[in-house]
Amino acid sequence: MPEPVIEIENLNFSYPDGREVLKNIHLTVFRGETLAIIGPNGAGKSTLLLHLNGILHENGSVRILGETLNDRNLRRIRARVGLIFQNPDDQLFCPLVYDDVAFGPLNLGYSPSKVREKVEKALAEVGMSGFEQRAPHHLSLGEKKRIAIATVLSMDPEILAFDEPTSNLDPRARWLLINLLKRLPATKIIATHDLEMVRLLCERTVVIDKGQILADGPTDSILNNLELLRTAGLAA
Amino acid sequence: MATDWEEAVEKDSVYQSSEKRRPENDLDPRIKLLSVLSIIILILILPPGRWLAYIPFFAIALALIISAKLPFKKVIVRSFSIIPFVLVITIFLPFFKDGSTIFSGQFWIFRISVSQDGIVAMLTILIKAWLCLLSLIWLTETTTITGLLEALQRLHFPAVMVMILSSMYRFIFVIIDETWRMKHARDCRLCGGSRLIQFRSLGNLIGTLFIRSYERSEHVHAAMLSRGFDGTPRTINTLRLRKSDFVFATGFGLVLTFALLMNYRFFI
Repeated sequence: MPEPVIEIENLNFSYPDGREVLKNIHLTVFRGETLAIIGPNGAGKSTLLLHLNGILHENGSVRILGETLNDRNLRRIRARVGLIFQNPDDQLFCPLVYDDVAFGPLNLGYSPSKVREKVEKALAEVGMSGFEQRAPHHLSLGEKKRIAIATVLSMDPEILAFDEPTSNLDPRARWLLINLLKRLPATKIIATHDLEMVRLLCERTVVIDKGQILADGPTDSILNNLELLRTAGLAA
Repeated sequence: MATDWEEAVEKDSVYQSSEKRRPENDLDPRIKLLSVLSIIILILILPPGRWLAYIPFFAIALALIISAKLPFKKVIVRSFSIIPFVLVITIFLPFFKDGSTIFSGQFWIFRISVSQDGIVAMLTILIKAWLCLLSLIWLTETTTITGLLEALQRLHFPAVMVMILSSMYRFIFVIIDETWRMKHARDCRLCGGSRLIQFRSLGNLIGTLFIRSYERSEHVHAAMLSRGFDGTPRTINTLRLRKSDFVFATGFGLVLTFALLMNYRFFI
């Protein structure tokens, strides 16, 4: 029986302007699984992901890898939970690709040779070796998304959370990305509305709408439940 | 199909040289930075009016530009770009600095007098600025942006400021792209309308750009935190001094000393 790596109980979150974004969320994620979080835009998927490494502070209980988040273990947790944002321009903030991929390992205090080793390994994993000296601005969206994944992979996280990884990608780039995600061995949580990818990659799916979890179960039964999908605005 | 902006950016030599140069054979950026700083300081301490004293420094700047095989005409034209800025600041000097008057006249109700010291001061500042800029152009055209930033950081420039400059370089292209997209969107719907409406929409565009940039900075901050950032900028040190750097530094030091001595013996 795989151990739980993420345990969320009774999570509620509202933005400062009073808008309730997450209501009464209960979710457990087990090691090694690939979980899809699907729902319409504005359902709270991104907000939920931001709670996984403490970017947003919760009013409820979030336990990551057995630990409740507090000031002391925040940095350690962030090394073990990698978050990949929807817009790669927000994630690539250094002048060169090498600097961006090295940012995480440097913050972990690795030696220069170990940093170099991590960078080369991460870029190879995403199929972007040789791009070290390129400027992020010159890359296509698909390349940027893969580099953004490399920037997180270089920290060797146990859990990876993706926010809309295939949005705006052309078919070829999308397939490359799906194949890449398939190869990654970490526990994966993917917030998306690309249902085809969900069917291919994820054994388990959670449906979220208006901040609440509507369903949580095996992907096949969820995606075959047209009534459920229609309620959540994911099917016509 | 490249947009006008993309074509302009591709032709701009600073952008090209900052991206396409192969730095393995170049001098260490720290040495170049310190050399240019030395020239600038020596130019600045020259007393006003000694026109011949600028010749050695002009020769040095010229030698640097020629040895780096920079396109001569382009460099000179770019160096002239500082003249309007300097003129704006110094144009008042001939009229307000005390000294022997060389021209005096009555224009409408104003009494104007032009002093020789004022003109000398204005031309001195102009020529100093121009020579300093020539040297700086050599620096920026032969060094990658990242090399320059690392040089600043290794020379103990405040780390936070280096990070700010680095982010500025990274995101200025993103912001330019966004501005063009917004401008195109605005142009699509700007048909006629009064001047007031046009200016107001331009104001909205600028305001929106500011807000978007601010919110983007929050996302970038979240991304940095997600990768373990704790407030201390950490960088990788790649610059290594080589024999050619020492040779250049020594040679350059000798040249500057020679120029200094020449000046004080003959021209001042």
